[in-house]
Amino acid sequence: MDAHELLELAWLIPAFPAAGAVLLLLFGRRIGEPVAGWIATATIGASFLASVAAFVALLSLPEEERRVVSDGYTWLRAGGFAVDFRFLVDPLSVTMILFVTGVGTLIHLYSIGYMHGDPRFGRFFAYLNLFAASMLVLVLGSNFLLTFLGWEGVGLCSYLLISFWFERDSAAVAGKKAFVTNRVGDFGFMLAMFLIFWKLGSLDYAAMEGAGGLAQTTVTAIALLLFLGAVGKSAQIPLHIWLPDAMEGPTPVSALIHAATMVTAGVFLVARAHPFFEASGSAGTVVAWVGAATALLAATVAIVQNDIKRVLAYSTVSQLGYMFLAAGVGAYSAALFHMVTHAFFKALLFLGAGSVIHGLHDEQDMRRMGGLRRWMPITAGTFIVGWLAIAGIVPFAGFWSKDEILAQAWYRDDYGLWLVGALAALLTAFYMTRQVYLVFFGNERWREAAGGHDAAAGVAGDEPAEVAHPGAGAHSAAGAHGGPHEPHESPWTMTVPLGALAVLTVVGGFVNLPFVEQGLEFLGEWLHPVFEDVEVVHAPSFSTAFALSTAALVIGVGGILLGRAFYRAGLPSGGEDPVARRLGPVGRVLENAYYFDRGIARLVSGPLGAFARFLADGFDRGGVDRAVNGVAAGFRLGGEGLRRLQTGLVRNYALGIVLGAVALVGYVLARSL
Amino acid sequence: MTVLAQALDAAVDTPRVDWLAIAPETVLFGAAVAIVLGRALARRRPLVDEASFLTALVGVVAAGVFTFVQWVVVDGDGPYQAIAGMVAVDGFAVFVRTVVLIATFLGLLLSAGYLRREGLEAPEYHALMLCSATGMMLMASANDLIVVFLALEILSIALYVLVAFDRRRVTSQEAGLKYFLLGSFSSAVLLYGIALVYGGTGTTNLTRIARFLAGTTLLEEGVLLTGLVLMLVGLGFKVAAAPFHMWAPDVYQGSPTPVVSFMGGATKAAAFAAILRVYAGAFELYRVDWRPAVWALAVLSLVVGSVAALVQTDVKRMLAYSSVAHAGYVLIGVQVGNEAGTTAALYYVMAYTLMVFGAFAVVTVVGRRGDRRHELADYRGLAGAQPVLAALLTLFLLAQAGVPLTGGFVAKLSVFDAAVDAGQYWLALVGMLAAAVSAFVYLRIVLAMYAPEDDGPAVAARPVRVDLAAAVALAIAAAGVLFLGLLPDVVLDFARDATQLLAAGGRAGA
Repeated sequence: MDAHELLELAWLIPAFPAAGAVLLLLFGRRIGEPVAGWIATATIGASFLASVAAFVALLSLPEEERRVVSDGYTWLRAGGFAVDFRFLVDPLSVTMILFVTGVGTLIHLYSIGYMHGDPRFGRFFAYLNLFAASMLVLVLGSNFLLTFLGWEGVGLCSYLLISFWFERDSAAVAGKKAFVTNRVGDFGFMLAMFLIFWKLGSLDYAAMEGAGGLAQTTVTAIALLLFLGAVGKSAQIPLHIWLPDAMEGPTPVSALIHAATMVTAGVFLVARAHPFFEASGSAGTVVAWVGAATALLAATVAIVQNDIKRVLAYSTVSQLGYMFLAAGVGAYSAALFHMVTHAFFKALLFLGAGSVIHGLHDEQDMRRMGGLRRWMPITAGTFIVGWLAIAGIVPFAGFWSKDEILAQAWYRDDYGLWLVGALAALLTAFYMTRQVYLVFFGNERWREAAGGHDAAAGVAGDEPAEVAHPGAGAHSAAGAHGGPHEPHESPWTMTVPLGALAVLTVVGGFVNLPFVEQGLEFLGEWLHPVFEDVEVVHAPSFSTAFALSTAALVIGVGGILLGRAFYRAGLPSGGEDPVARRLGPVGRVLENAYYFDRGIARLVSGPLGAFARFLADGFDRGGVDRAVNGVAAGFRLGGEGLRRLQTGLVRNYALGIVLGAVALVGYVLARSL
Repeated sequence: MTVLAQALDAAVDTPRVDWLAIAPETVLFGAAVAIVLGRALARRRPLVDEASFLTALVGVVAAGVFTFVQWVVVDGDGPYQAIAGMVAVDGFAVFVRTVVLIATFLGLLLSAGYLRREGLEAPEYHALMLCSATGMMLMASANDLIVVFLALEILSIALYVLVAFDRRRVTSQEAGLKYFLLGSFSSAVLLYGIALVYGGTGTTNLTRIARFLAGTTLLEEGVLLTGLVLMLVGLGFKVAAAPFHMWAPDVYQGSPTPVVSFMGGATKAAAFAAILRVYAGAFELYRVDWRPAVWALAVLSLVVGSVAALVQTDVKRMLAYSSVAHAGYVLIGVQVGNEAGTTAALYYVMAYTLMVFGAFAVVTVVGRRGDRRHELADYRGLAGAQPVLAALLTLFLLAQAGVPLTGGFVAKLSVFDAAVDAGQYWLALVGMLAAAVSAFVYLRIVLAMYAPEDDGPAVAARPVRVDLAAAVALAIAAAGVLFLGLLPDVVLDFARDATQLLAAGGRAGA
């Protein structure tokens, strides 16, 4: 079987998890725990192996042939409009499927331990598999519509998984919020597709070659509309509001969907559709600045958050901003590099956070943690690896990729972007240091908080751990709970993925080392066929590159030292956060994420909600009925008096028809005059 | 005597009756009559129920066979008009008849178990359903405004009775009465419109109207335009287009649910057939005048239907409002007014018939004895107790929301595509926004079903029985929705051919 024949089988990659999803949706309840989890893990694992095979096959082809469109069938044909169900295998999509399935497999495995005891265990894995299948369709699609199909699919799964514990109102609300916010972005995506089809006559990615021939306004409009879609999916300002709330979902979901994979779909879209962004003079600048602003603002908010997952959520928003910054200046392979390393270390951090939450019986407030490294050594060790990576310490993965982005901004003379990015990097190192010290070092504040907290958790009782612990004790003998509040290390299904991700976080940076002459820029080389029409900018001199890297390292170390200075001893019992106190009112603004959320909420629930209610109650029931009633009353007022105001409904409806008819006749006649 | 006979012969020139042209209707009506006679003559009731059910099914299948024969004839020899130009035999009619027959067939299958469960008179029910279907079939091929009116009355009167069929339930009675009163009223408006059009053109035959308008420049077109709009009001009522939709929520809520699942799609199909034939066909030259009116109806239907559905708590009412929105989507296709638009509208009607049938079929089954468990809360935890039913309802609702790989998606896409091609960007935009809003309505139901049973009253947890006939109907509808989504070309090509053969029929005249 030669490489081409092998790549014809690309459809198998999404087909595995899709089959798993169907199986689990239908029989998940009967299959039960833990088999359902193993089935799901096996399907995504098979998909990973297939992705590796695709990678090897593609690698065996000469560079200029590394773009294989698999045979499919024409799904839809209407006039000149044809949509093919075909998959595009090229370095970009293979990079995506490798880390989506790789990280996905680890997170599936982790979930077996994390979701232990949940009454809807099977369903959870069905959704997770469905998500994986949709994500793979998204990245493998050979045209915008197929990508959009996957795009909607991951959106739906994200919605279902955020509100997986919909018994909690907050989870249900968060799911709804994610859904609504994403619809705004999707709308941009749809309009972009219409424009593309209208102007280029095809939604196929191959048709993007014609982007250069379009009018500047058109191509900028297309690029910005696509970017609107990306902004929604990847939680950039101003549509970032859904991601922090999405943390209501189970933690593996946060790791997989809201950190490693789905939220990067926006960056992928920009990279995939880069001909439009390249052809447009100004769209790239918008993308870069929105990304930079998001990176900085989200980092400032992360500083004062107290929920362990919310810190990571804002951090994700901020890191995604970096990716857009890179894509905006045209450094697509840098963006993808950071996407890959971020997937490793952010998944690691989230899973570590999940492990902490699990071990502390659903405690998420960092003010009630501390000193956990003694109780959860594996979690702590791996989390520290993730911390050093995101803070940009050499030689961890995050250092290389973040440095590459900032350097690319500098080389392209965008010093403003560099400065904003560097500032955000300082804050990143600071808030992550704060998190690590508050959780794993310092005083053991969970001891004092435990008494009052346990009662609350008993009432809430919705995290799976609560259900699991009494009888199960698979991962910790019930006896170990003698002091019921003592934290415990997580079972192997959870720690093995942590270890694997930690290794990836250490070595992940080596896929793209900034030594071009020595041929160590593997990822850049590999992606070159995809972005061959894009100008590649290299360091003007070694000394510049070295100076920038040193600066990045100094910034990272500086942030860490600053954080250590504040939080080395943990928090005084019952005391306030020293940084938040110093920031005063500014801190409160940050804590509330610039009140952005509340502003939008007020707008939506206020005027917009009122409009919906007006249309439903007001217009239909109140407005029309009342108008009809009013008119009817008017007609009869002379002869029959007010007592007859209570008319039968049917009469009102009939009068409604009359009024509609009169209006319509009047309208048509008036037009014809 | 002979003199008198001769005089009569001269005065009334009876046309030659081409039986093939009206064979499907004849068969359906014949089956209805046979059922009623059988009911009157036979004694043993259970046997009569079974027999009438079988007779009805056979009637529908036979009508289907005749429709197929018509298709073969039309495909080979081209469209033609029969019985003095009263009816047209063309691809368009065949398409709409197919839709109606599918809805009737599925409706009959679904009703069998329902009638037994609620202890209702089966033969009358079957006969009425066949009568209504007869009217719809006739409507599909009506080439004369008088025939349009007759067909509308035939289908409506049977429906009025069907809506009120559950005599023990006050809501059913009330719905029937409401539907009857408002329906009669709108029929009167339609008739008035027809009269005005006759006044304006001197004929009620659609072909002759088209020819008259092509050859004449009217100095004063007020009468004709008023007539056009009033006919639109009458037909708009039948498809539940806003602002003539207000009956729909009440009637959908009160009617026996299988009746809704039948009429939801089939009535719309028939009424839209008439709208397309009259407006896009006969009055093509007056497009400039009627398109704005249809535009207004479409936008109003989309907005009112999708937004008002948001605040409902009764699933049947939700779906009723959503049917208003769906009428809006079809109206987009009508408004475009060209071949692409008509094709899209036809495809939409086909897809909608299957989706709405499926959704209400599940509602029928879940509604349980008494047909009153229709609150959203009654659907909580359905997925746990009835995973297959919940999955099916999810499929039908997602299809209505326009999720890809279902017929609903292709249907929406093709109307939007037609609108954009015709430069109707605003209409397409409103349609897309409405689709986005409606998605919530459907997701609300889906989410309720997948809520855990221990949350709230465990009504849904008690299993319901699904009889074989209903299961078959559900399976067919689900397969159809998926087929339309996965291989849309088959039906799209059918709709396209149907549209072209309509156009040809309009030109040929008779």
